Amino acid sequence: MAKDVAVIGVGQTYFVRGYEGSIRELAFEAFREAMKDANLTTKDVDASIFCSAPEYDKQRSPAGVLAEYLGLVPQPTFYVETVCSSSTVGVKIGYSMIKAGLHDIVVVLGFQKMSEITSAESQERMGRGGDIQWEAPFGTMMPAYYALYAQAYLAKNGLTLDDLRDVRVKAATYGQINERAVYRKGVTPADFDLNNPDAKMAGPVASPLRVGDCCANADGASCIILANAEKAKIFQKKPVWVLGIGAASEVVNMASRPDFSKGIQVAKAAAGVAYKMAGIGPKDVSVAEVHDCFTIAEIMAYEGLGFAPEGDGKQLIREKATYKEGRIPVNVDGGLLSKGHPIGATGGSQIRTIVLQLRDEAGPMQVKDPQIGLNHNIGGVGLYGNVTIFGRD
Amino acid sequence: MGFDKFGRKSFTSFTKTGKFVDLLAEGKVEGSICKQCGAKYFPPRADCAKCFSNEMDWFELPKKGTLETFTTAMYAPFGFEADAPYTMAVIDFGDGVKAFARLSKDFADPKIGVAVAVQPLKYDDGQITFEIVKA
Repeated sequence: MAKDVAVIGVGQTYFVRGYEGSIRELAFEAFREAMKDANLTTKDVDASIFCSAPEYDKQRSPAGVLAEYLGLVPQPTFYVETVCSSSTVGVKIGYSMIKAGLHDIVVVLGFQKMSEITSAESQERMGRGGDIQWEAPFGTMMPAYYALYAQAYLAKNGLTLDDLRDVRVKAATYGQINERAVYRKGVTPADFDLNNPDAKMAGPVASPLRVGDCCANADGASCIILANAEKAKIFQKKPVWVLGIGAASEVVNMASRPDFSKGIQVAKAAAGVAYKMAGIGPKDVSVAEVHDCFTIAEIMAYEGLGFAPEGDGKQLIREKATYKEGRIPVNVDGGLLSKGHPIGATGGSQIRTIVLQLRDEAGPMQVKDPQIGLNHNIGGVGLYGNVTIFGRD
Repeated sequence: MGFDKFGRKSFTSFTKTGKFVDLLAEGKVEGSICKQCGAKYFPPRADCAKCFSNEMDWFELPKKGTLETFTTAMYAPFGFEADAPYTMAVIDFGDGVKAFARLSKDFADPKIGVAVAVQPLKYDDGQITFEIVKA
């Protein structure tokens, strides 16, 4: 378990609908918090990496404009994209640059202003995150893609719609205590009850997924500052070390995917690499952030990460094992479902939560004495899998 | 025909597999098969990822497959709103060949595992695609 590269600063904006500012101002909010957290000046930063999904705002090549606004010119800067996992990949690349000795301190900034376009336009762009030649012409969108997995998974594994509902109820439990979350309300089983005229989560979106099964769009930014061991000791009393990084890819087209009832395969591959590098296993993880863009995705993540046997992820939600007090707390910051999913900012936000947990600074969301934290961030429909493992000093 | 004719709305103007659209117009839904190593691809490819050959032939999809999974979208992305709701699905022909498409409008009560087939579909505006029907 090498302790070569640490997170020394974290920052995140409030995740909101309709941020009243431009992308540079949004980015600055997360950056300022992370820089203050690490007690850095802009001269201390050697390079910056900017991460988002393209075509939400109109700025092409955003790294230049954002680096200027953050005061990080003339240091090197560039842009990284893997849709929903962009900022986790940014952290991976920042880690690699430091580990290679190119730089001492690297800023990774994820951002997304989704409210620049309508919800239907957003769905069209996410659909085009898949195969534009052979699939988007059918009118694809993210909820429908994940619903293909949900339909097959439910039919085979005895998972019920009530189990999916309970994943959302858990997310909302923590969205209420996370002041940065976009959805701060509670969710009860009655909100999914079709016999209840006020059931705000029950409306169908893409069968079998309902409104409450889908994550919340949001505007937001996140910032993770990485440093080598020498600088980490200077700037951060409680450095959080990157212990393992795993990544993998999947074929894009649904027609080339393996058995849908077995869930997203890319997480398993990424987790295997990350666990091996960190020299740990699933049982060693104290707290995890998983990519719950849809409720079904959280159940599949339990299995992909080895928290539950294949096909049996439902037991964890039924036993409340993934609640804050449970055996393996998952998404106790509200997750993508309630905290929100500003695409390019999401990975960095998940990592921030893990870092705060490992520093015992997560406030009302704090789990007891965590030693190892894990981040699971998926880009596209199980297209880019990223698992990153962190440990305390 | 140009590939901009493919689907409800195409996002690709040209592809070396553009003949796919002409075949649809002739009533055939075909994939590509590598002349060198025999690898089969659906959707079709111009290049073989297994042996790097660019010598490809066409093969007709099997007459019957099973419905592997499906979803009915109640909302549609920008540009597809007029079609909603519609059902998208994956059909498994076995032997590693699958296809993704919409179910036909009149496909009642879809269930995983039922026998299905694919057939070309022409829209009124001249676009052409393929859809999944009961076998």
